[in-house]
Amino acid sequence: MIRSEVLKTIIPIISDRLVVCNIGLPSQELHMLDDQPSNFYMLGTMGLASSIGLGLALAQRDKVIAIDGDGSVLTNFGTLPTIANNVADNFILLIIDNGSYGSTGDQPTYAGGKTSLTAVARACGCENVVECQAEDTAEVMKQALDSNKMTIIVSKCESGNVKVPVIDMDPVVIKYRFMQEVQSRNPD
Amino acid sequence: MSVNQKIVSDLINNGIEFVTTVPCKQLAGVIDEIERSEEIYHIPSNKEDEGMGLCAGAFMGGKRSAIIMQNTAIGVTINTLVTLIQYYHIPLPMLISYRGELGEPVACQVEMAVHTKALLAQLNIPTYHFHAAGDVEELDAILKHCFISKKPVAILTDASFWKGA
Repeated sequence: MIRSEVLKTIIPIISDRLVVCNIGLPSQELHMLDDQPSNFYMLGTMGLASSIGLGLALAQRDKVIAIDGDGSVLTNFGTLPTIANNVADNFILLIIDNGSYGSTGDQPTYAGGKTSLTAVARACGCENVVECQAEDTAEVMKQALDSNKMTIIVSKCESGNVKVPVIDMDPVVIKYRFMQEVQSRNPD
Repeated sequence: MSVNQKIVSDLINNGIEFVTTVPCKQLAGVIDEIERSEEIYHIPSNKEDEGMGLCAGAFMGGKRSAIIMQNTAIGVTINTLVTLIQYYHIPLPMLISYRGELGEPVACQVEMAVHTKALLAQLNIPTYHFHAAGDVEELDAILKHCFISKKPVAILTDASFWKGA
């Protein structure tokens, strides 16, 4: 199972949730499969999906799912201690770990080698870290949403991409409709 | 009121509730004041680009945010400033210690100081330089300017400013 197939299996569960999605193919795939005002697509800045997601979760009450990749987490490793030490029980970080930099041509990452992001997240102090196989991601996501506990999911999947169009929506439009959606979920 | 209290009170009066920091010796007092504040959620970050991600998320969640960091961080965050903060029109006050100016004891800091204003100018980031103690009086107006314009704004605070404050 490759990343786009993992996304397909979790869409029924996350479609109406606030989602911050990683730059490149993950955002393009989510946009193609299930564009929603509750999706924030990153068009630039590799590595910051988990940071944006945590900031959003700490600032308001609704549940937030950040969809990240192994390469992006490796590029912003400092995010894991920050997440561990600033617990937001409305935050789920899903790391789709295909062991490669998918958007740039599937070059291998160290997460596909000796480095376990699950072990790193635990060593950083994150308390609920679940590693699963790609096929089980939807079930694990459902459990994480039900648990009301900050959870990090590391979904191990195969490397590979599907053809997707780029996102031509203006960044300010993505932000505006997302913020309207956030606001509507946080009545005073 | 100390200068640190004045800065934090201006942040609070402008509705800022979420502040991320990466420490610098010159900023130690203001960071302590942020940590003591009950109105502000203080979240230290490990790197300034990570901090800008946190601030962007908090802003979209309805909380005004700010970052406190050293000028060396301009070198770290150019891509984030351009492709996240500016591209999505996110207001971000950046209170920056301007190391490497007159009175600097560490020679290496001068190397980044000579690039700081040029980089900010290249990025079209509104930049204010606090050199004399009284310059802090402009902070309130600068913060208001930042939020109406939805831009990152740099406030450079040099050693003379902190010495006189």
